[in-house]
Amino acid sequence: MVVGVTRRHLGAILPALFLVSHTAPAGVLPEDRADAMYHSYDGGGVEVDGPSYLVRKGDGKRFSASANYYVDSISSASIDVLTQGSPYNEQRTQWTGSVDYIHADTTMTAGYSNSDESDYQSDTYSFSISQAMFGDLTTVTLGYSYGDDDVSSNVDSSFERSAEHRNYHVSLTQVLTKNLLLSLNYDAITDEGYLQNPYRRVRVQNDPLDPSAGWNFNTPETYPNTRTSNAVSANFIYYLPYRAAVKAGYRYYTDDWDIDAHNVEVGYVHPLWDRWIVEFNYRYYQQDQADFYSDLFQFPDQQNFMARDKELSKFKDHTLGVMLSYDVFENGWGYLDRATLNVKYSRIWFDYDNYSDARQANAPGYDFTADVLQLFASVWY
Amino acid sequence: MNYRGVLIALTLFLLGGCSQVEPWVKPYERAHLADPIMSFSRDPVADGYISHIYQVREGARGAEGGHGGGCGCN
Repeated sequence: MVVGVTRRHLGAILPALFLVSHTAPAGVLPEDRADAMYHSYDGGGVEVDGPSYLVRKGDGKRFSASANYYVDSISSASIDVLTQGSPYNEQRTQWTGSVDYIHADTTMTAGYSNSDESDYQSDTYSFSISQAMFGDLTTVTLGYSYGDDDVSSNVDSSFERSAEHRNYHVSLTQVLTKNLLLSLNYDAITDEGYLQNPYRRVRVQNDPLDPSAGWNFNTPETYPNTRTSNAVSANFIYYLPYRAAVKAGYRYYTDDWDIDAHNVEVGYVHPLWDRWIVEFNYRYYQQDQADFYSDLFQFPDQQNFMARDKELSKFKDHTLGVMLSYDVFENGWGYLDRATLNVKYSRIWFDYDNYSDARQANAPGYDFTADVLQLFASVWY
Repeated sequence: MNYRGVLIALTLFLLGGCSQVEPWVKPYERAHLADPIMSFSRDPVADGYISHIYQVREGARGAEGGHGGGCGCN
């Protein structure tokens, strides 16, 4: 019995997340804080939820360390699972630790992360260095991370593959005026090894010359063994004449699988009374398909590389989000400087241009919506 | 391409870093910038999770600088 079909492996995407810069500028240690979050995603037949805990503590002078424990409990009856296999339950656990060291205007960060699921193990190591300059108006960050993954299969105990990921990161944060901040980011990511999903199959016509003769899912996907991508982004925050802020951002992405993607995001942050903050955001994303993607192939060996992963198809998505944050104490409480209670809800609309719903005989275009909920408490000490 | 010109321009740019640049936003003018609402990522755990949601379901990855995940967590 096929139990796990078409899960996008989560550990494989760790490196790109690892190098994102700290919220604190270079020359300043991150604040001591702890967060406890419950997260939930429900969309397209996939339900994922679980906790995330973060603790960060510094010596108040030169060092700060953080530890994060994160769990995804997955229950999947996605469209791919329903067309190619059986619904499954799965759990992914992730530990992350990092240490920051500050010297004058320079901050160095070293980190390690481990992600573990039944058929995918990932270790990621990272290092970054940030330098504040020009009177702390400019902060430049350089980073590198290396990820080493082991891929196995829940249906074939002899199946073992590996993959490596390298991420090169440059970012610049710039104070433009007393009300305007700019963040520029660049990431080059290279992957090498087994980059596909061992369970997913492509859709192939039963008769190459007659589409009306139906289709089958007998042919495994075949991906290239390498991938190189480049992404650049620019993000602004502007302080409005009254106490509120607007955010705007744009990212361009391109890779050697021929995927080009653009996304734009805008947000508005507004304090209410003394202790509430409400934030609204909208995000739009679109991408072109990978050159070896097809919704329906004519022949089982039509090309060297063949994929029918909807994340490699041509599609767009929209997100609307709202977040509410409440500052619990007016002037701290005992050992705690501050505490907040927070709720964030996002709705995402996915609309695929060339990925069909193969559960239905006429295979209409596919779309779905997802609800994302985050409940979390944060304390500063 | 005129590599010599590029080299000279780059050298001048780097040497410029040795000179004292007068901050055009004075420290006493940074009250608005220090307000928590002016952070690219107020809550690293929450923003890292949203980045993770997109990375799993979209083809693009990297340069999520507007969000941030200071702990490296997702």
